[in-house]
Amino acid sequence: MSDSRIVTVVDAKNKTFFFNFKELIRYKDLFYYMVLRDVTVMYKQTVLGFLWAILNPFFQVVVFSVVFGTIAGIKTGIAGLPYPVFSCLAIIPWNYFSSTFSASSNSLVNTAGVFTKVYFPRLIIPMVPIFSKLVDFFISLIILVLVMGYYQYTPGSNWYLFLLPLLIIILSSAGLGIWLSSLVLQYRDFRFAVNFLLPLLLYAAPVAFPALKVKEKLGNTVYELYALYPMVGGIEGFRSSFVQNADFPWTLVLISGASALFIFISGAFYFKKMEKHFADVA
Amino acid sequence: MLHNDNNIAVKVTDLGKAYRIGVVEEKEENLSAVILKAILSPVKNFRKIKSLKNISSEATGKDVFWANRNISFEVKKGEVLGIIGKNGAGKSTLLKMLSRITEPTEGRIELVGRVASLLEVGTGFNPELTGRENIFLNGTILGLTKKEIEERYESIVEFSGIEKFIETPVKRYSSGMKVRLAFAVAAHLDPEILIIDEVLAVGDAEFQKKCLGKMQDVAGKEGRTVLFVSHDMAAVKNLCNRAILLQHGSIVFEGSANDVVNYYLQNAASITSQSNLDFSQAKGNKNFVVTDIEMLDENNNNIQIAESGRDFQLKISYETKEVAINPVVIIHIKNNLEQILFTCLSRNSYQGIMQLKNTGNITCVIPKLPLLSGLYSIDIALKYDQELTFYLENIFSFEVESGDFFNTGKINSDMMNGMIIYHKWEVN
Repeated sequence: MSDSRIVTVVDAKNKTFFFNFKELIRYKDLFYYMVLRDVTVMYKQTVLGFLWAILNPFFQVVVFSVVFGTIAGIKTGIAGLPYPVFSCLAIIPWNYFSSTFSASSNSLVNTAGVFTKVYFPRLIIPMVPIFSKLVDFFISLIILVLVMGYYQYTPGSNWYLFLLPLLIIILSSAGLGIWLSSLVLQYRDFRFAVNFLLPLLLYAAPVAFPALKVKEKLGNTVYELYALYPMVGGIEGFRSSFVQNADFPWTLVLISGASALFIFISGAFYFKKMEKHFADVA
Repeated sequence: MLHNDNNIAVKVTDLGKAYRIGVVEEKEENLSAVILKAILSPVKNFRKIKSLKNISSEATGKDVFWANRNISFEVKKGEVLGIIGKNGAGKSTLLKMLSRITEPTEGRIELVGRVASLLEVGTGFNPELTGRENIFLNGTILGLTKKEIEERYESIVEFSGIEKFIETPVKRYSSGMKVRLAFAVAAHLDPEILIIDEVLAVGDAEFQKKCLGKMQDVAGKEGRTVLFVSHDMAAVKNLCNRAILLQHGSIVFEGSANDVVNYYLQNAASITSQSNLDFSQAKGNKNFVVTDIEMLDENNNNIQIAESGRDFQLKISYETKEVAINPVVIIHIKNNLEQILFTCLSRNSYQGIMQLKNTGNITCVIPKLPLLSGLYSIDIALKYDQELTFYLENIFSFEVESGDFFNTGKINSDMMNGMIIYHKWEVN
């Protein structure tokens, strides 16, 4: 057999710093089936099924438009951009971020029964939601099309730029998810922290208001520091790419991108460092 | 070094694993101390959780527990190594380290070839998914690729014997069907090194036979190495070339499977004297508990191994919290497949009214022990006032050697099956 040359060495003295990429590649099918499982199981035994992926953002857009658009009277800051389109362009990426972040954070605790029985690269576990939640994300884009159609809003010609902020959003939800998954497993406090942080992070992100408001009210330095929160560049960039006559916020996107990358890499290293204790603390 | 030696599949050097265990904390007596303790508890909790991970080979103290220490052994390619020892001897921890689930505190493991471990079959089964979907999910968890599973799919389904339900969600399966499917996947892993922990304790007898057969196939194949942990001495003797005996986390005896099993049985006294009676596993309200079990021969001598056809006594020492009048003592005698052969039921066979108080012994006498040579285990239960007071499965296991049951000078042969029943012949 070809794999009889696989030699596994476990040494208590050996403290490896890097992931075993060869091993991760060997387990790519497991990754695929775990994503498939999440997607298949998500709407099992529901009546509406995948419609939930549309209904959920639809009601959010309605509530945001009434509360922030009409009652609070927040302006989109861009001529000809209706508030429902404005908020929809933020709610959809936000939903992806928040569902991935919370699923990923709890993923290790929820699968303790598996990784304490069988060995496989544990990093797969918190990475699975990043892909399984993308299905919901793409389905919910239908809402975006419907809302834009209703307001007869044509997206700007640079819409394809949305891939860059989407990558930032994926990277930051993955990074935070990996960080939190190993923290939650060790200190269950973080489970509560995630629950109360998520709504706060929603208010802090430029979902209900344009990020330029921050520059306007608090100055340029705060504005740039604000972008260290990766969802700032992520959401503002995502929104701008679909909007006509809007400048793509390169500064925000670059700062947020760097910040997301940092969170992701540091999270992966922390995960690697703690991985060997997972079976003992779970 | 292992890479130069083509014959070694597993090499373990000075392996050790330490855990932190909880120590009894002092109780505070006055209110202010309790409040102070509550305020400071986050700091203490943080230290406690942090210390779980912070353990090295120099770790000492009363909260450090070495589950394994100084373990070294080698397993050659194609060898089947049995690992035996009583509960808590460190067998499971050793297997967990070998299958890389947990990392050792000290020492080194080298494994050549693909490793698959069956510490618990059916890991990662999702109840919402169908049998087919679960074969792929479970198979990849156990380290197979999609292509490998596709190649084996037909064979897995056939082995499981549940073709009809393969597109049904697993949550509609009976527990037996789940086990069949799970073992079918596990049996098709085909790794170079297979690590097995007591999986044979699942399923019905027929299925167990099938699994044992499959294991023998695996073990018989050239170059397949098996590490097998079991309480089933007959299975260890049958399947393994060599064995190691663990006690208090270290290897105390090593050799051929026969020698190690015999050593284990003959020294059963010294091994069980630390008590094999794990009451945490017992059911019932435990007002009555069994504290010790001994085997005696007809002359009231302690024995370690019983013999067919001789009078056999089982002396059960007990403690009881309340005086029990007319309790029912139930003893199941089981074979090594855990099938109950017969039951000793005091309600039917005890004459008079039994009274149990404080501490004492109950002795069950079986004249002319009707068991063939082999390994047996017993369950003990006590019912009092229609209530289950104590019930512990596999509380005691013992070996029976062949003997002259019929006083014919011929000891029983392998042509006999099941149990020995006294019988006569008439020929005209």
